[in-house]
Amino acid sequence: MSINATLLAQMIVFAVFVWFTMKFVWPPIMQAMRDRQKRISEGLAAAERGVRELNEATAKAEDMVAKARTQAQEILTNAQRQADETLERAREDARAEGERIVTAAREEVDQAVVSAKEDLRREVGSLAVVGAERILKREIDAKAHNDIIDDLVAEIR
Amino acid sequence: MASAEEGGNTANQYIQHHLSNLQLDLSTMEVGGNISGFWVLNLDSLFFSVVLGVFFLVVFRMVAKKVTASEPGKLQTFVEMVHDFTDTQVRDIYHGNSTLIAPLAMTIFVWVFLMNFMDLIPVDALPAAAHAAGIDYLKVVPTTDLNITFGLSLSVFFLMIVYGIKAKGGLGFLKETLTHPFGKWLAPFNFVLFVVETVAKPVSLSLRLFGNLYAGELIFILIAVFTLGAGASLLAVPMFILQILLGLGWAIFHILVITLQAYIFGMLTIVYLSMVQDDH
Repeated sequence: MSINATLLAQMIVFAVFVWFTMKFVWPPIMQAMRDRQKRISEGLAAAERGVRELNEATAKAEDMVAKARTQAQEILTNAQRQADETLERAREDARAEGERIVTAAREEVDQAVVSAKEDLRREVGSLAVVGAERILKREIDAKAHNDIIDDLVAEIR
Repeated sequence: MASAEEGGNTANQYIQHHLSNLQLDLSTMEVGGNISGFWVLNLDSLFFSVVLGVFFLVVFRMVAKKVTASEPGKLQTFVEMVHDFTDTQVRDIYHGNSTLIAPLAMTIFVWVFLMNFMDLIPVDALPAAAHAAGIDYLKVVPTTDLNITFGLSLSVFFLMIVYGIKAKGGLGFLKETLTHPFGKWLAPFNFVLFVVETVAKPVSLSLRLFGNLYAGELIFILIAVFTLGAGASLLAVPMFILQILLGLGWAIFHILVITLQAYIFGMLTIVYLSMVQDDH
């Protein structure tokens, strides 16, 4: 148990081993571990990106569905309103038409009454003349007495 | 579990034998045990530390060569765990930009662990096999050899000096050794303190690892001694059972120790190297 030249030999061996490790063992393993680290972090980032994109797509789809729904509702409401309006207008037209027809009929009736009265008056006038002729038994100058007759006719009214 | 090669020996000789390295005397080129002098190589420590280190490097290099960013295999996952563990520790403690620290720490973690792991192989298994192959001395746990742990810690020590000078410049580093922590008027005292502080680091680093593993190995050997001299006596059966239980318990506890010691050695290396770069 004493110190001898083994010490020197051991130091040389140690130096060579450390050099070998430093040169040929450490760097490749280090590199591989770095690569793996990078790969893992890239994978994680990709996964995160995928999730985010999925979320975005889902949100977009939901948005679109909601928009379509409101649009459909709008269209439906419009159609309803249009139908109502059309119906209303048709009703209005029908009423106006009816009134117009009634008015026209009433005017016609009025006219008929007026003309009937006129006829009647004329008839009465001529009857009165005929009656007066018969009473007087002679020819009255119709022309001379026409104004009298007209007065009579007017009174009959 | 008596020593296969020296069945009739006393317990003392058995233990002594187990603590002797297989040595090569560089001056006479003789191989044997218990050779004194500096120019001696502990062949077994070097052999096992190199074999384990090469095993570590081969496995890790194999993984590093076909490493993929996607779907790692079991072995790659394990290597990545070790890598990630080291990387986290280094990042937490060390704030410089040296690319050496992390590979250094990983080498220490794994290599020291593997060398410590040799402790869990039954104490007689490899020496007995070596004896069969004609080798008389073998100590299988490199970290129970002070030369090995000092070799590691002295390398770390030199790196500390190099990084200190690199971070603060030659003059800045020198100035800090003279003025920290008591100001320039106590420069000699500061320097002595610096020397003590700096020397204490590698010494404590290596002695901690060595002490823990040496003690652990010694206890394994002591447990193995239980039935050594018992032979066929009546005592042999209970001793044998006791030996198995104790060996099992100590081995399970040692799993924690070897891991912890490897961890401490690596962590302190990072801490020392980052300390020397930080400004006080």
